[in-house]
Amino acid sequence: MDPAAARPDPTARVLLVLGGTSDIGRATALAFAEDGWTIQLAGRDLDALQREADDIATRTGVTVSVHRFDVLDTPSFPAFVDALPALPQTVVCVVGLLGEQARAQDDPDHAATVMRTNYEGPALVLGLLANRFLQRGHGTIVGVSSVAGDRGRASNYVYGSAKAGFSAFLSGLRNRTASSGVHVLTVKPGFVRTRMTRGMALPGALTASPTLVGQQIRDAATKRKDVVYIYPSWRLIMGVIKAIPEGVFKKKKL
Amino acid sequence: MSSSRVERTVRATAVAGWGRGPLVETDLITGETLAAAQAATASADGLIARGSGRAYGDAAIGARQTLDVTPLDRMRSFDPETGRLTVEAGVLLADIIRAFSPHGFFPGVLPGTRFVTVGGAIAADIHGKNHHRDGGFGECVESLVLATAAGDTLRLSRSEQPSLFAATIGGMGLTGTILEATLRLRRIETGWIRQRTIVAKDLAEVLAALDENDAATYSVAWIDGLAKGQALGRSLVFLGEHAGLRDLSPRAARTVFPPMDEPRLGVPVDLPSLTLNHFSISAFNAIYYRHGAWKAGSPFLVPAGAFFFPLDGVAAWNRIYGARGFVQHQCVLPLDTAPQTLAEMLGRIAARGDASFLAVLKKLGRGSGLLSFPMPGYTLALDFPMTRGLVDFLGEMDQIVTAAGGRIYLAKDAWQSRATFEAGYPAATEFRAIRRAIDPHGRLRSRLSERLGL
Repeated sequence: MDPAAARPDPTARVLLVLGGTSDIGRATALAFAEDGWTIQLAGRDLDALQREADDIATRTGVTVSVHRFDVLDTPSFPAFVDALPALPQTVVCVVGLLGEQARAQDDPDHAATVMRTNYEGPALVLGLLANRFLQRGHGTIVGVSSVAGDRGRASNYVYGSAKAGFSAFLSGLRNRTASSGVHVLTVKPGFVRTRMTRGMALPGALTASPTLVGQQIRDAATKRKDVVYIYPSWRLIMGVIKAIPEGVFKKKKL
Repeated sequence: MSSSRVERTVRATAVAGWGRGPLVETDLITGETLAAAQAATASADGLIARGSGRAYGDAAIGARQTLDVTPLDRMRSFDPETGRLTVEAGVLLADIIRAFSPHGFFPGVLPGTRFVTVGGAIAADIHGKNHHRDGGFGECVESLVLATAAGDTLRLSRSEQPSLFAATIGGMGLTGTILEATLRLRRIETGWIRQRTIVAKDLAEVLAALDENDAATYSVAWIDGLAKGQALGRSLVFLGEHAGLRDLSPRAARTVFPPMDEPRLGVPVDLPSLTLNHFSISAFNAIYYRHGAWKAGSPFLVPAGAFFFPLDGVAAWNRIYGARGFVQHQCVLPLDTAPQTLAEMLGRIAARGDASFLAVLKKLGRGSGLLSFPMPGYTLALDFPMTRGLVDFLGEMDQIVTAAGGRIYLAKDAWQSRATFEAGYPAATEFRAIRRAIDPHGRLRSRLSERLGL
């Protein structure tokens, strides 16, 4: 009952999930664990992380460890990485905070929290891990960004701008590491049925399950893809939205 | 990872059972954690827990509040030495099969769909094709954790508060919200079933075939509900055994544990109500009967998924009855009265000519819980599309069941009367006393418990 033991070299296949208690983080960890990867789950709430760790270990038989990580506590990042039992082969960052747009417009502290949670923290920790991966010579970095970062809209531009920054950071990092053994993948999920969106009316045909997102992240990372949308139609939709001239776009409610 | 992680949401919505009626307004509470589900139960006001919503009637609809426990879907631990698995109550049997069958472990009891939660399986003490031999789902439950309306979290087993444990198995969620359970899985060598089909030309033959095969691990009969006269009760009896490695053909041996696929087909819209009518079902039944008769005789291998869950391949199959929905009527009749009672029921159904797409006859053993449905006898399950006059007709069926000393399955029920219930479940008095002790103000209530005065 221990598939990991049958693998040739389990230590080489270690996944770190930043945001391990989110629905997408859980699903991604499960997808890798089903392929026999060792899992490191990181997040703020150790009890909630342990619940996910027990679940993944019970379902798949792989080893799962939990690690305290606060994306807003940027000075702690080097110590966090040093304390990991092994430098992972792949890191997936699913940390994010939707926040409230209306509140962010009037409350700079809230806006700053949204910006720091979606951009500053994820970019800094992935930048740090990228340097370690480059030293080692290989590794895969996966950043879960958002279609909201493809163009700023009145309804969510504080969140969207932070995701845009994160997408640009990942794009630049990919450019920098292209000639090395380090690969960078940007994932833009679109609508996903999660705790964050429970009760919202979402278009069924464009809304993915966390399980599908997790499997696609695993497959895209394995195939060393650069930028993936979970449903291809999102690439088309965002292509059209990006192509609308600003003079027209600013008057639309999208 | 948000700083304001939502642990619990409440929204007013309308829910129905798998039979798609009645549609009832309720406050749907979603508990994301065990603590949230426990807190919702402690502050219950006419609340009942709801899993996958596969109960056909109003069992999993709260009198005022319905607690969605599907987010409680984490597994806790597994011991491969003993086959003991501890899970949260919202874990699906499908998840257990997916995770453990490739390693040679299988749920001890499976109903006709694998998309039910462990909590729901315990609350309804569901039965499978092996009930005559192995008993109901409650038999595989070693212990469970129950959140009560008084705010306690209790561990129950056959040695810890045994009477409350027995009342919770088959207790329809009315003793508390099941948070966790420890189950004993059975060992299997392969994911294949050795199936044998027996053709029964009439009711006497099918009952004889079921009796003669008491030793079979799995047995169930499909009845042609439209057959009349001499052919009344004509059936196909399906018997199954877990195939060992030695039983596998070279071809089957290439995939010792065939995966159970996600549903490939869906029913995206409500089909017109006329889709299933006397003629289409009559034609289907005739073809199905001949096909089964053609395969009868020598055993053959089928993947476990195809043997246990023929309808799981079609997501939302309940839509084939159209928007008006359908009613499933499932009764159990004691061994001695069953033959003549079944003849009378099947005769009336065939005379009415109403199309029953699914008609199943199965031998049952003793129930595990205080309020469990099974009793030694035969259970007959029939689907009826919702039509005018159906409820009256089912009332007549219920009277026949009561006169024969039988009872109606609460997980399927939406229409039985209090009198039918009281006659069928003599243990209800004792159950009420246990409920009064643990929930004196009756804060856990479902539509079913209010309808039946339970």
